[in-house]
Amino acid sequence: MIHFVVHDENDSVGVVVVEGVKAGQKLNGWIMDQDKTLEMTAKSDIPIGHKLAIRPLESGATVIKYGVDIGKTIAPIQVGEHTHVQNLRTKRW
Amino acid sequence: MDLGKATFWGYKRENGRYGVRNHVIILPVDDLSNAAAEAVANNIKGTMAIPHPYGRLQFGADLDLHFRTLIGTGCNPNVAAVVVICIEDGWAKKVGDAIAATGKPVAYFGIEGHGDHDTILRASKKAKEFVQWASELRREEAPLKALWVSTKCGESDTTSGCGANPTVGNAFDKLYDHGVTLAFGETTELTGGEHLVAARCRTPEVKKKFQFMFDRYQQVVEAHKTSDLRDSQPTKGNIAGGLTTIEEKALGNIQKIGRKCLIDGVLDKAEAPTGPGLWFMDSSSAAAEMVTLVAAAGYTVHFFPTGQGNVIGNPIVPVIKLCANPRTVRTMAEHIDVDVSGLLRKEMKPDEAGDALLECMFRTANGRLTAAEALGHREFVLTRLYESA
Repeated sequence: MIHFVVHDENDSVGVVVVEGVKAGQKLNGWIMDQDKTLEMTAKSDIPIGHKLAIRPLESGATVIKYGVDIGKTIAPIQVGEHTHVQNLRTKRW
Repeated sequence: MDLGKATFWGYKRENGRYGVRNHVIILPVDDLSNAAAEAVANNIKGTMAIPHPYGRLQFGADLDLHFRTLIGTGCNPNVAAVVVICIEDGWAKKVGDAIAATGKPVAYFGIEGHGDHDTILRASKKAKEFVQWASELRREEAPLKALWVSTKCGESDTTSGCGANPTVGNAFDKLYDHGVTLAFGETTELTGGEHLVAARCRTPEVKKKFQFMFDRYQQVVEAHKTSDLRDSQPTKGNIAGGLTTIEEKALGNIQKIGRKCLIDGVLDKAEAPTGPGLWFMDSSSAAAEMVTLVAAAGYTVHFFPTGQGNVIGNPIVPVIKLCANPRTVRTMAEHIDVDVSGLLRKEMKPDEAGDALLECMFRTANGRLTAAEALGHREFVLTRLYESA
């Protein structure tokens, strides 16, 4: 069963595609572009459609999704942690 | 899916274009004419009024866009015949004559000097004549390239970028190879991915025109924003769905233009394309505004991917909704035409999802009502450029 998908293997984040992911849960991920799999443990409860970090991110780091810059972190983020408006911000506007 | 000899069944119009619907519309030029237009549509079954709130004391480019959108709506080949109603004769004639240039039946009426009762009576007689004439028109087999397909996504979430939008992209790549006329837009929702769109432009001239449209819209945002756009782009719905930044939203959005097809030209709002290929239309990212503009440009079928569940429709163009979010597909099933949630479970391949959308497109073009049509969604929203005089 796939719990989260990643667009590209160089991305910083994946997207949870099932409902009800809880902290501590073992997750299976699918990297779509390279058709690879990876495993990880959720560090937070993560709603469907929301992101989790698949690599550790320092505060102020650039976050990559689709192989492209989608903004910068405003707090450090651990692997498996919910990545959203509380720790990721646009570089535009 | 082999599209080489694919055809659909459409209504051949006087100007040679094919429509997939056969509407007789009662078109008010201004807010004041809504009551009469709605009364006519109520009197004459099978006709449809398209009320809206504007048309008085607009000027310059904003007025030009108002006329272009109304005239384009009347000219769309999904429309068989048009009754135009305006508070005064001059603009009724202006809009009526421009639509009549397509060769389709048009009648126009000014209310001043007559009042609503007399106008409704005369317009109803014409509307009855038109709808009975239109009801005898028959669909004819048309080549796939006679179809014009637009796209815009709404209430997007991260599943849009992983599933529903790439499905549109897969279908667009296939349609592009067969000479279909395609369109996308949403200028501000390309922010963060504009370099990827620019790189897909066929010629330096197209790229320059795209960059001009993009930069102009960024200046509008810069000029009017109070702090930043975090409260509106991404929207609250986008954020609830897991989208965090405009860049992330834009990169998901851009999946709709596929991986191969090139951008052949750039259109102003509601401007008709001049040939087949993929066109970028400078446009708002608000769903109903954008769909209204591409409908006015002459597009006849619309692909609308959603994540959190936008319910939009259009009065004259069937809006096909597709969704990859399993929760939305479950909780809002009545709004979704194509379920591609299997993509995220690896139970469906991108090519299969694209083909499922194309199959729905053919059935819709041949006459099957979309979810939005069956549910009565007729959102018609005119884009305004600035204040009235």
